[in-house]
Amino acid sequence: MKIVKLKKANLFPFLESISKEAELWAPVKMESNKHTFQEVNDFSQIDLDYTRTILPPRKILIPAQFNMFQAAEKEYHADFSHVSQKIIFGIHPCDIHGLLTMDKFYNYAIADPYYLEARKKLLILGHSCWPDEYCMCKSTHTHVVEEGYDLFFTKLTDDYLVWIGSSRGDDLIRVKPDLFDEHITDEDIRSFIQWREERDKAFTADIDFADMPDLMELKYNDPIWEHLGEACLACGSCTNVCPTCNCYNVLDKPVLGKNYTNISRCWDACTLENYSGVAGGENFREKRGDRLKLWYTHKLQAYISKYGKPACIGCGRCYVTCPVGINVYTVSKSLEGEEVDSFWNRLRKEVAK
Amino acid sequence: MNGENKSTELNNPFMPVAARIVRTYPLTDDVNFFQIRIADMEKALAFRYQIGQFAMLSVLGAGEAPFSISSSPSRPGLLEFCIRKTGTVTDALFQLKENDLIGLRGPYGNGFPVEKMRNKDILIVMGGLGAAPLRSVLLYCLDNRDQFGRVILLHGAKKPADMLLREEFLSLKRREDLECYLTVDEDDTGNWTEETGVVTKLFPKLKNIEPENTYGLVCGPPVMYKFVLAEMLNINIPRDQILMTLERRMKCGVGKCGHCAIDYIYTCLDGPVFTYWDVIHMRELI
Repeated sequence: MKIVKLKKANLFPFLESISKEAELWAPVKMESNKHTFQEVNDFSQIDLDYTRTILPPRKILIPAQFNMFQAAEKEYHADFSHVSQKIIFGIHPCDIHGLLTMDKFYNYAIADPYYLEARKKLLILGHSCWPDEYCMCKSTHTHVVEEGYDLFFTKLTDDYLVWIGSSRGDDLIRVKPDLFDEHITDEDIRSFIQWREERDKAFTADIDFADMPDLMELKYNDPIWEHLGEACLACGSCTNVCPTCNCYNVLDKPVLGKNYTNISRCWDACTLENYSGVAGGENFREKRGDRLKLWYTHKLQAYISKYGKPACIGCGRCYVTCPVGINVYTVSKSLEGEEVDSFWNRLRKEVAK
Repeated sequence: MNGENKSTELNNPFMPVAARIVRTYPLTDDVNFFQIRIADMEKALAFRYQIGQFAMLSVLGAGEAPFSISSSPSRPGLLEFCIRKTGTVTDALFQLKENDLIGLRGPYGNGFPVEKMRNKDILIVMGGLGAAPLRSVLLYCLDNRDQFGRVILLHGAKKPADMLLREEFLSLKRREDLECYLTVDEDDTGNWTEETGVVTKLFPKLKNIEPENTYGLVCGPPVMYKFVLAEMLNINIPRDQILMTLERRMKCGVGKCGHCAIDYIYTCLDGPVFTYWDVIHMRELI
């Protein structure tokens, strides 16, 4: 894979050169000090010094709600108006792995044209990151990325090393080739190796999903699920922030004054009460514990049997989001029989506050 | 729509085709029979399905839901459904009349393993709305009668008026190549000529069952499974020859919306037909 060098000062001119034909989405700091991916017109809004955004980048491909069809009795018009040429800049390796997982999922068996169209029109410009205590991506081997991006920027002291991951990425470089330097010095290489070693040492969260499929099976009837169910608020936050959640609901609403209806798709969450309810009142997962079990078996067991690796990409979003401390870390540790007491003691204190 | 999206529109698995209601009439208090035909002649003839598959039916402004196909692929052209009025989509369907248009996509699901079932004895046990998917199997077996061994039907309902397709099944009793037993829990009419009691009470009537050579199919309300499965195991039908078809919430039918997920499978892609063996190792199935 070709690697070129870009002076830090040349970053904005480069973004300027490529963002004329496409929406540029990048991490922006909000008043809450949290970050979000949003469309930027003023590059000074971009804040690359972030750990994770609230919502994962899949929202760019599958918005929280979008129209699938304008439907009249005899004619359905597929609505792809939410799809446009987009560039996402500043996405971290874990989130790129999240999109790779989504690619596999949406292509499996019967492909989803709404995802694929949006994906075709998305250019992915990755950016190196520095972990906090909630980053578990080194344990899930998603802290580095070999595919799934068009360009990948690794920030060194004065320069970026830029990996060109696709021919579309190469096209972007060619818009203003003068900005890039093909000559990588020995010092650049040393500096990169040093950065990588230091970053790898900075990971503190230690988690191993290798035993999870068997543990999920062995502990299927473990009281841990009931305890988790008692604590769970069934708010759906974990699913909304997870980069590999895909569940959706479909709404069919008449448009006032028109002779058609809008058939739209909106995010759903398997942790919500009526997720598995069918007409007539039967609900296959009435208990919160059963719904949590579905979520965790799906992430840490089902995906492994289907795609060869867990769906968790170690981004830590469930860790920082769940109001009662239920996340892949505490759940897998609890299943391993470790720290169960300390987790529940802490949880009780948190709830008591 | 610009030209670029055209190809996507053609391959859009969420796009229904228009289908016309040919006939609709009540079967019971809350279940109606719907006979529909895909409006476009070529598409109607090209629609191929297997027994046990389902289709997504939609009414504009009300939404879309999955329904078992009750007709048999051996009678192409018209599709039949037995639908209970029980939610937004079915409420809207019940307001429609003959010649009205609805949306249809499919067929979806794995269906019953017809190839494996050929030359075997087929024992069909249905209760309540369980008749909807299993009628497809029954008609298929009767239409291809020389391809199957014994065909046995056990059908249970609460009262005579609740028995789905009562007249159709009563008239089938005349056939000598079908062993047909119909039962009601309670006869409130006084002129019910068939059996009385729960459907499991019919099992002692089955003589000379060769379990290794028999496929047992069951569909009905959740409470029925436990007792019927016990009877089937009792007469030694192998666990992987006991077949059941399951109901789940579905929004897509193509393995994307997630609602029908059970462990690592999707009911819409890997089901809705499962064996009793599947049920034992996927604990959430029933």
